[in-house]
This record gives sequence, C-alpha cells and structure tokens, in this order.
Amino acid sequence: MNQDFKNHINKSLNKNIRMDGRKKDEFRKITIETGVISTAEGSARVKCGETELIVGVKMGVGNPYPDIPEEGVLMTGAELYPLSNPEFEGGPPRERAIETARVIDRGIRESGTIDTKKLCIKAGEQVWMVFLDVAPVNMDGNLIDIGCLAAMAALKNAKFPEFKDGKPDYKKLSKKSLPISKVPIEVTVAKIGDNFLVDLTDDEEKFVDARLTVAILEDGNLCAMQKGGDSPLSEDDVFKMIDLAIKKSKELRKLL
Amino acid sequence: MTFKKRPDGRKFDQTREIEAKAGIIKKADGSAYFRIGKTAAYAAVYGPRELFPRSQQDPKKGRLRCNYNMMPFSGAGERVRPGPSRRSKEISMVSEKALLPVVDLSDYPNAVVDVFIELPQTDAGSRCAGICAASIALADAGITMRNMVSAVSCGKVDDKVMIDLDYEEESYEDGDVADIPVAMVPDTGEITLLQMDGKIKKEDLKKAIEMVKKPLKEIVEIQKKVLKERYK
Repeated sequence: MNQDFKNHINKSLNKNIRMDGRKKDEFRKITIETGVISTAEGSARVKCGETELIVGVKMGVGNPYPDIPEEGVLMTGAELYPLSNPEFEGGPPRERAIETARVIDRGIRESGTIDTKKLCIKAGEQVWMVFLDVAPVNMDGNLIDIGCLAAMAALKNAKFPEFKDGKPDYKKLSKKSLPISKVPIEVTVAKIGDNFLVDLTDDEEKFVDARLTVAILEDGNLCAMQKGGDSPLSEDDVFKMIDLAIKKSKELRKLL
Repeated sequence: MTFKKRPDGRKFDQTREIEAKAGIIKKADGSAYFRIGKTAAYAAVYGPRELFPRSQQDPKKGRLRCNYNMMPFSGAGERVRPGPSRRSKEISMVSEKALLPVVDLSDYPNAVVDVFIELPQTDAGSRCAGICAASIALADAGITMRNMVSAVSCGKVDDKVMIDLDYEEESYEDGDVADIPVAMVPDTGEITLLQMDGKIKKEDLKKAIEMVKKPLKEIVEIQKKVLKERYK
C-alpha cells in the first residue's frame, strides 16, 4: 500500500472523516429479506450498502460422527465467488473464504444456537445435517458480520423437509423450525492507525492494521473471537474494540 | 397419451414468467440478473483484463472465458457440493461457445473477458437462463458485440411438443421426454447452442425448433429493453 495514501487516510480518520462520509462507528444501511430461495429450506438476502449476499440453508439426513452419535451436524461454508469482486479468483476456497466460514461457524456453534441433540433421528444411525452456505453476490466489504447476520436470518427462516421412509422429501416442507435458542451477532472492529472503525468497505479493508471479530450474545456475553491483520493489538485496544462491538451488536440485533 | 396439460397451467408455446435486470453487481464491469420461473441466474463480466498465465495469451485477439456454477442451495434436492463438477465444466464450455459468435474479441489482444454465471435457485433451464444473463452482462460491460444471444429450452413430454420445460416436466415418467436447450441469435436465426437429451422424432424436433423461435425473439426484446433502461 502506498504510504502517502495511507498517511492521508490516517490524517482524515483523525479528523473523523471516512472515505464515504460515514462516522467511524456507523454501519451502512442494512436490509434483510428472508425466504428468497425456493430451492433452499431457509434463506436470506442481506444488503449492507453495496455488499449483497445470500445465505441458504439446506438440510440432509446422514450418519452422525462416531464420537457424538446422538448429535446432528451443522456445517458452514463460504465461497468468495469471482462474480462478486474483481480480486476473487476461481478454484478451491483459499484462506480468506475458509476464515470467513470458520469465524461465522464458530459464532453459531459456540453460542449453542442450534441444539444439535434435537437434530438426532436415530442415535448412531441417522441425524439431520444442516448446511449453511454463504454466497456473496457483490462483495464490498464486511463479509463476516453481514454473513453472520444473514446466516442467523436464514436459520430462523428454515423449515425441516418432511421425513418419509428414512429420507427427506424436499418437495414438502414441514412447519417445524430449527431448534434455535440463542442468537449470536458478530461485529468486526478494525484498527487503522489509532482509529477504530466498524463495517468497512472493500476499499477501507485494504488499510486495516488489525481487526477483531467478536461474537456477542443477547446478554452481552461473548462466544467467539478472531483477531486478524498484520499489526499487534494492546490489551487496552482489545477491550476498547470489544466495547464498541457490544454497542454495535445491539443495533444489529434489532434488525433480525 | 396421458400428458394433456402442463402442471403449472401454461400453454405449450408459453415460457414461464421472465424478469431481467442489468447492472446489478456494482463491483463488476458488467452484470445482469435473469429469472425465468423459478430458475434464476446472475452473470458478471470482468474485463477485458490481462490474461494469466501469459502462455495462454493471444496477441491477435482476446479470450472469452465462461464459468457456470450452481450455488450450494440452488438444487431442488440435496445440497449441491461446492466446486466444479463434470457437469458444470461442460456447461461452462457450451455457454462460452454459445456467446462467442456475437462477441468481437479482436479489440482485446492478450486480454481475457471473464463471464461468471452463478445460479442461486434452479428449476430446469439453468444454462439457458445463464446464457441470457451473460449476454446482457457482456453488453452492459461494453464488450464489442455484433448481436445478442438468447436461450430457452424446447422439447417434448409424452406426445406434446412444448417450450421451456420446468423440472417437473423434465422428470415426467409416464412417457418419453426430450429436453433441448437452444441458444440463438434471434435476429439472424443462427443457432449457437444445441443440446438434447431424451427421445424425439425428427419431425417433432423440427416442430420444437420452429416453436422456440418466437419466445427467443421475445426474450431478446426483454434483454434489449433492460439494457436501454439501464443507460437511459
């Protein structure tokens, strides 16, 4: 990155000026639509500024893991489609796509959002498998936060297919929803120079020194974290970022 | 012959409802959305941009590269495993050949024009929807084109010749089914994609191709209309 440009961005941020005129702790406008994909058991389309992504839930029936024979399976995938950004390339998922999927997965898994024991059909033999897939259509930054928000909206929207003769009947959805108990919200706070920002655009993400993603529950407790970026963070930074993340999570929670 | 009426009540020469939009993906140089019934396709065009590896570059003209992909939740049954499959690679290739005749690449030596087609939901006819979207997206990106390509399927279920088969019709079991995706330059009548699976008599094939010309002309008008709207 051009150092002069970076200095300029830093100076502007010190004066509270962001590239698109937002405040440092301000999200872009978010809209959530659910039930947008007829072939999925649950789905959501979320737009945040120019970022647009679809999350779909597919459910299948499969074998449980041998060490947890009474629990269903939740899997989260994310692909960075070259359709959604000129910098994304085809081929198998790379570091960034894998990190995105894993961080979203961790928030949902560690919060105990879905009681996987309730996904058991027959212990040791058949369990429901819930596949959550994050599909960006236009990627203009903040994929993790928006992906997590869309994932929660899609999970809430999902209905089990009818279960007949040992297999799911995808033509008929039941009225039964997924056993969702908690709703984690992920907020990524980025540090650029001495400034903390949320909801970065694709252009802003290029200047990030360090970032911290925090998954937050309704009671304000944390259930997952991920530090990213090349620069280190002080303990003081970390707690400032967590406080900002908690504050913003309350706003995002209202959208669901 | 038991197939008398189409499950969704359409006439035999009637397509499903069509919705199209141009320029919906801001990060792309050109983009489009095309939906026919419950089959939806996004297409984004990036380029002309430098082609890597360099060994694939052609100093005389640019290259057109298509990639067709179904999103994991876009199939009617189980989750579609992410990543390329034999099917998606073949469809990518035939889509590329379907578009190539109208794209003039001589202005873009050593470059590549990338077309990415993503299907968020499908109900048969996805390659045709993808080609329709791609054709709009290429024009939206300002790529030199001689004409527009439109695509829709035709075929036969039992003894009835029809167009734009949906999944329920394609999987009809009490009689022969033929599914024939066709891409055409409707202005000239040139066929740029033709595939078939199933069973059909030569006379019926002739009838089907005759029947598919009118809807293709209607589709190309929709494609042109959304492009004009975008640049009004």
